[in-house]
Amino acid sequence: MKAAVIVFPGSNCDQDMFYAIKEGLGEEVEYVWHTETSLDGFDAVLIPGGFSYGDYLRSGAIARFANIMPAVIQAAKEGKPVLGVCNGFQILLEAGLLPGAMLRNRDLKFICETVPLKVVNPNTQFTSEYKQDEIIQIPIAHGEGNYYCNEETLAELKANNQIVFTYDSQNPNGSLADIAGIVNKEGNVLGMMPHPERAADLVLGNDDGLKLFQSILKHWRDYHAAYTS
Amino acid sequence: MPLTHLEPSPEQIEQDKVYRKMGLSEKEYENVKNILGRRPNYTETGLFSVMWSEHCSYKTSKPVLKTFPTKGKQVLQGPGEGAGIVDIGDGQAVAFKIESHNHPSAVEPYQGAATGVGGIIRDVFSMGARPIAMLNSLRFGDPSIPRVKYLFEQIVAGIAGYGNCIGIPTVGGEIAFDPCYNENPLVNAMCVGLINHEDIQVGQARGLGNTVMYVGATTGRDGIHGATFASEELTEDAERSAVQVGDPFMEKLLLEACLELIKHDALVGIQDMGAAGLVSSSSEMASKAGMGIHMNLDDIPQRETNMTPYEMMLSESQERMLIVVKKGREDEITAIFEKWGLHAVTVGEVIEEKVLRLEHKGEIVAEVPVDALAEDAPVYHMPSEEPAKYRENQTMAPWKPQVDNIQETLTKLVSLPTIASKEWVYRQYDHMVQTNTVVAPGSDAAVVRIRGTRKALAMTTDCNAKYLALDPLVGGQIAVSEAARNIVCSGGLPLAITDCLNFGNPEKPEVFWEIEQAAKGMSDACLSLNTPVISGNVSLYNETNKHAIDPTPVVGMVGLIKDIDHVTTSEFKQAGDAIYVIGKADGSFGGSAIQLLQEGNAFGKAPALDLAIEEQRQAQLLEAIQSGYVQSAHDLSDGGLGVALAESVFGTGLGAEVELANDLAIELFSETQSRFLVSVTEENREAFEAIVNDAIFLGHVTDKQSIQFSSKNDVVTVNPVELEKAWKGALTCFMKTEN
Repeated sequence: MKAAVIVFPGSNCDQDMFYAIKEGLGEEVEYVWHTETSLDGFDAVLIPGGFSYGDYLRSGAIARFANIMPAVIQAAKEGKPVLGVCNGFQILLEAGLLPGAMLRNRDLKFICETVPLKVVNPNTQFTSEYKQDEIIQIPIAHGEGNYYCNEETLAELKANNQIVFTYDSQNPNGSLADIAGIVNKEGNVLGMMPHPERAADLVLGNDDGLKLFQSILKHWRDYHAAYTS
Repeated sequence: MPLTHLEPSPEQIEQDKVYRKMGLSEKEYENVKNILGRRPNYTETGLFSVMWSEHCSYKTSKPVLKTFPTKGKQVLQGPGEGAGIVDIGDGQAVAFKIESHNHPSAVEPYQGAATGVGGIIRDVFSMGARPIAMLNSLRFGDPSIPRVKYLFEQIVAGIAGYGNCIGIPTVGGEIAFDPCYNENPLVNAMCVGLINHEDIQVGQARGLGNTVMYVGATTGRDGIHGATFASEELTEDAERSAVQVGDPFMEKLLLEACLELIKHDALVGIQDMGAAGLVSSSSEMASKAGMGIHMNLDDIPQRETNMTPYEMMLSESQERMLIVVKKGREDEITAIFEKWGLHAVTVGEVIEEKVLRLEHKGEIVAEVPVDALAEDAPVYHMPSEEPAKYRENQTMAPWKPQVDNIQETLTKLVSLPTIASKEWVYRQYDHMVQTNTVVAPGSDAAVVRIRGTRKALAMTTDCNAKYLALDPLVGGQIAVSEAARNIVCSGGLPLAITDCLNFGNPEKPEVFWEIEQAAKGMSDACLSLNTPVISGNVSLYNETNKHAIDPTPVVGMVGLIKDIDHVTTSEFKQAGDAIYVIGKADGSFGGSAIQLLQEGNAFGKAPALDLAIEEQRQAQLLEAIQSGYVQSAHDLSDGGLGVALAESVFGTGLGAEVELANDLAIELFSETQSRFLVSVTEENREAFEAIVNDAIFLGHVTDKQSIQFSSKNDVVTVNPVELEKAWKGALTCFMKTEN
């Protein structure tokens, strides 16, 4: 499997994502600069965290106009897995690949800590290696992670099982329905505020996030096995 | 018509003593006249005034700084460049430096702190190093005062805002509170970078005819005279306009572009435009190379119209660098910056004559010898005098605390803002980005691994100013020793220090005496522990309304952990492990936490320190850790053994039973130096004791949630759950209280 890590000016978790794939997962990965226009040859698209374009105007609002974005949208349409973490999630929202918006954290402060997440939908290509309702420890690091959408959208997210991760026990940022991560209807675009790539190396004391990347790899292998046999 | 016609003429400058307002003394002005052989014009007077400010020239602290030990086998770059550099083997090295941003933070706390972070990051990447960690050392007044609370909240937010955006983890530091900082908070930021030996850069403008280029943000009117402002006492009407505004996004782009640039063979020299902006970067680079620079100010990228040469040269607009590149290869450099959406603009060239020559609108508007600006600033040997309060403290009878209720005393101690958990603060810092943080904030030192190797770096900042207030010599020794203890407890070998000397007005003999004594103490300890001073910064005039802060020479230290398996943390690991304390308690209470708690101020003698014992215990503990015999290690500092034991239990669900030889008040709260709290598995006890001479067996870690202290005539049990609640909640509680 070959993954692309999209790099915008101001991305700062690009290396972390790169190493999670290269060393944590042991698969091929390349950086793709925002001025590129094609993602041909990549099997998965990863949009890392950071402060793309300084988060000026609004988090993710400028990144959605980057040259690479049509290719990201194309990859999503083709059914390739597209993962946006933190600022990457915000970009997916701004690009319209996922519904909803982000507000500032409830207490208006940036929060960096490891929090428990509940895997509420293990039946996606990002979560198949987790068990239903499994509690995993994943770091968050954001100032605007307070997910919001209208009632209609929320009802739809629930009806389609699009809510993948929720904050367990304590909601750190005030997000609606404790939402930490959602997928699109088709299930191949995941946006999440917590950072699985920061929990993919036991030297740092936690590899609870590794299964997310393993799920992507497993889905890719299964798909290719089906395709080639 | 250029706006310079509004400026006072050279004659008027002399007559009306305009130079005084810029910070030059009459003697210094005369000196400038002698150097130039004529009266300086307005721009030139400005150049001299900022370059000869304490902040840029260290004119009063230089005689003291010269006494620091700066050499060692490990040192690749000592003081004088953007940051110092030490070797860590395998062709790798660590660049680090600490710097103050006290005055700006007192006036505009968010931007003051943010630009302090930005400045120190540029110092490190201008050496060619990739910044891998940030630390900080902060001092605030009494947190129940609304203004102090505001400063605290905004300074923390400013550090977070800049560091989080640029994507360098803020992994550690220290914060203390004391009324002496009520109006004068201290904001010292430290940056640590990783570099390969062959990539080390210097800020030199070598090679006749080479091109001087300007990169990064545009120049505005912000921060004009910032360096002078930092070299005066704070007054009520301190100028907000002397404070700069930071743009971490711009800095992130500049950082990445510069790290690409240093791999390019067309680069000759690079320097940050920090304090005194264009003046200092151009004159210092030229002076170090023994050359001059001709600069055309019309080519300086400007964000405001009608800027005068004076304004451009003295602006401290952030996120700018000056580089020198080989002539004819400018386009290759421009291409690197364009990739990052930045402009690299040719603004001048290296000339043979050792002068800084400035051209503006077809005229030469200033011409000044570069050495006069950068090297030949006056040096003052200030009078120094031992203060009466020092003699008083030395002769005072020893004070001893009265402790009736140990649980209550411990609860109060761990709730002191200086000792309480700083989670409220570091939760706002992204301390995990770059995914190398092995030990996050909250332990003795932070630990960052070096990817692709077995190595890791331990790093810390330390200074107990209360000891220095009583005895700056011993306090200086303790500041360095404590930093080294934190490194050793984490499994690292201390390599070198960077320091930030925060003091009051050096023109006062008592204050200058403190500076001399503290530096002497630090030097003693640096020599004993083989940790030379490789970089640093001085912040004087930390006074408001004639009240100086306690002498606060903050020590930033980095150590090398040879193997990631040696990484050790302070909390107990499992029930049944043996607990040891290294070193006996002797009833040292001068400047202790319990004295501050019970008496409200520090007095008497500071705890004594024997550097030979310090060195020996650190070496032995490190050997025991590297041999794999140590489960947890924690240095005894504020609050003594009682607080250290409590902290080692917090968050573990474990407890402890310890037996102490003497009076519990002395055993638990004395701040005797050179001591450590260590836990060891039963099977490793013998091996551990064989290495560590002064280890005293105290008892065991238990699986009960209680801490039991017993002595000959006393058995006291305290509830660690209650203690932890108080410790964790104290700062949050302060910050949530409205007033």
